[in-house]
Amino acid sequence: MSGGLWREALGALRDDRLAMTSAALLGVIAFAALVGPSLIDYREDEIDWSNMAAPPFEAEGHWLGTDRLGRDLLVRTLFGLRVSLAIALAATLVSLVIGVAWGALAGFRRGRTDALMMRFVDVLYSLPQVFFVIILTVVFGRSPLTLLVAIGAFGWLTMARIVRGQALALREREFVDAAIVGGSGTLRIVGRHIVPNLLGPVIVYATLTLPQVILVESFLSFLGIGIQEPLASLGNLIADGAAEMETAPWMLAVPAACLMLVVFCFNFLGDGLRDALDPRDR
Amino acid sequence: MRYKGRGMSTIALILRRLLGAIPTLALIVALSFLLTRLAPGGPFDEEQSLPPEIRANLEAAYGLDQPVHLQFGRYVRGLLRGDFGPSFKFRDFTVGELIADGLPVSLALGVAAMLLALAMGIPAGIWSALNRGRAADRIVMALAVAGISIPVFVIAPLLALIFGIWLRWLPVAGWIPGRPSDLVLPVVALSLPVIAYVARLMRGSLLEVLRAPWIRAARARGLPERAVVLRHALPAALLPVVSYAGPAAASVLAGSLVVETLFGLPGMGRHLVQGALNRDYTLVMGMVIVYAALMIALNLIADLVYDSLDPRIRRERRL
Repeated sequence: MSGGLWREALGALRDDRLAMTSAALLGVIAFAALVGPSLIDYREDEIDWSNMAAPPFEAEGHWLGTDRLGRDLLVRTLFGLRVSLAIALAATLVSLVIGVAWGALAGFRRGRTDALMMRFVDVLYSLPQVFFVIILTVVFGRSPLTLLVAIGAFGWLTMARIVRGQALALREREFVDAAIVGGSGTLRIVGRHIVPNLLGPVIVYATLTLPQVILVESFLSFLGIGIQEPLASLGNLIADGAAEMETAPWMLAVPAACLMLVVFCFNFLGDGLRDALDPRDR
Repeated sequence: MRYKGRGMSTIALILRRLLGAIPTLALIVALSFLLTRLAPGGPFDEEQSLPPEIRANLEAAYGLDQPVHLQFGRYVRGLLRGDFGPSFKFRDFTVGELIADGLPVSLALGVAAMLLALAMGIPAGIWSALNRGRAADRIVMALAVAGISIPVFVIAPLLALIFGIWLRWLPVAGWIPGRPSDLVLPVVALSLPVIAYVARLMRGSLLEVLRAPWIRAARARGLPERAVVLRHALPAALLPVVSYAGPAAASVLAGSLVVETLFGLPGMGRHLVQGALNRDYTLVMGMVIVYAALMIALNLIADLVYDSLDPRIRRERRL
């Protein structure tokens, strides 16, 4: 993809108001998750004995109220966002690396290697992936590291399929023939010539993978299999809120709204990027 | 039905699909077995330090002192007899007993959710397509986007809050066998995302099919609109919905973990979550294998329905 095409895509993206709003919101949210907790007087695991289960805007200094242990909900939500976003980014990166390498190699080698590699992807596709992530958390313990590796290890399949399709097409282009004639090996061609040329679809799909990963992580944390107390993630905050919803519905509403906002923004941004980077639609 | 010998070929097709499912199932068993053996340490590490002799006896009793391939052979032979081994943590139960205990509840939940999703999603999609661009269409599609994006673990507590706690129409949690009202909220929560997705698929594919030349031909023959839509367009338009059965099952099964935990239903999902929290290897392994088998079975049924709906595949099969 030439510089001109990138510039054109950026221009198209800038005209997409929904995608730009989402990107801006995500920026604000990420900034708040990073910096916010240090601006608030309470730490995420600090107990305010005089304000337990306080509703939003009532207790001094607790804008969004507190949970049943008197911990500030705003700080905990921002902290949970930080954890959820960090795991999502890392797991997406894991699935990105595996998916791109796998797909690019299969598409470049073609023939039997390709058939074998993609058959493997097909079989993994037919498995209930969430359940295998659960097995991995059982085996390796419920640490954030296990969680991101497990989610990443089963999240690369669609990426591999997309990349393989693109690589198959790129394989036919003259510059690949030129590189072969020039004596470059498979790894060098895949790394230097194939992968850089399929960045567009990879970026789009990575953006769309992020919200999926956030949802899987929150799902596991909701069940108690993911992020563990006292560490917060959006999932276990929602589980806490669900347990207390009769008496403290705001504890459910705040993290749930936060999760939905992030997921929506990533999806809108991903859709916008896809429209901008796909020259066919222009 | 019109063709001679079609009955035979259907049976042959089912057999071929069944045979095709065996390698997938074998891979699932092998993968889940190997993954649990990757674990650092054994299942008895968390107990207060056992005397070495007792530990050795325990491991011998579970066959853990043998080489991995022998353990695998033993496990597979057990599976073929329907024996999933003992639960490591619920000492008085075998995994098979826990599965037999939870499966009926989970099946009732899952089947009801899938049927509700089809019964609501297909008509909603058709209605939306026929009112394309009007307010009805926009409302249905906006609801569908919301339904797809809101995860079960958010929608289920919200439903419990609104209909269970505020309105007091339905029980919030619990399970008394034979009281169907216990299943209403769980089934609705499970099926909402699937309803939304089915409605969107149905609308899109019906709109596309209605543009096809043979639909114009049917209209040109003067058929009433109702017959054109229901008899001519619908079977073709249903194909994408049928292909969605696999992902839908995956979503319902994963969602059932949330719903069973939240509403306190004694299904397989709750056992699986408990097993995962207890690091009960054999229990989790057995549950995952059963879930995977359920998914494969549903995919199989979906494939067969697809074949019977698509005349092109029917014709190919005769050749």
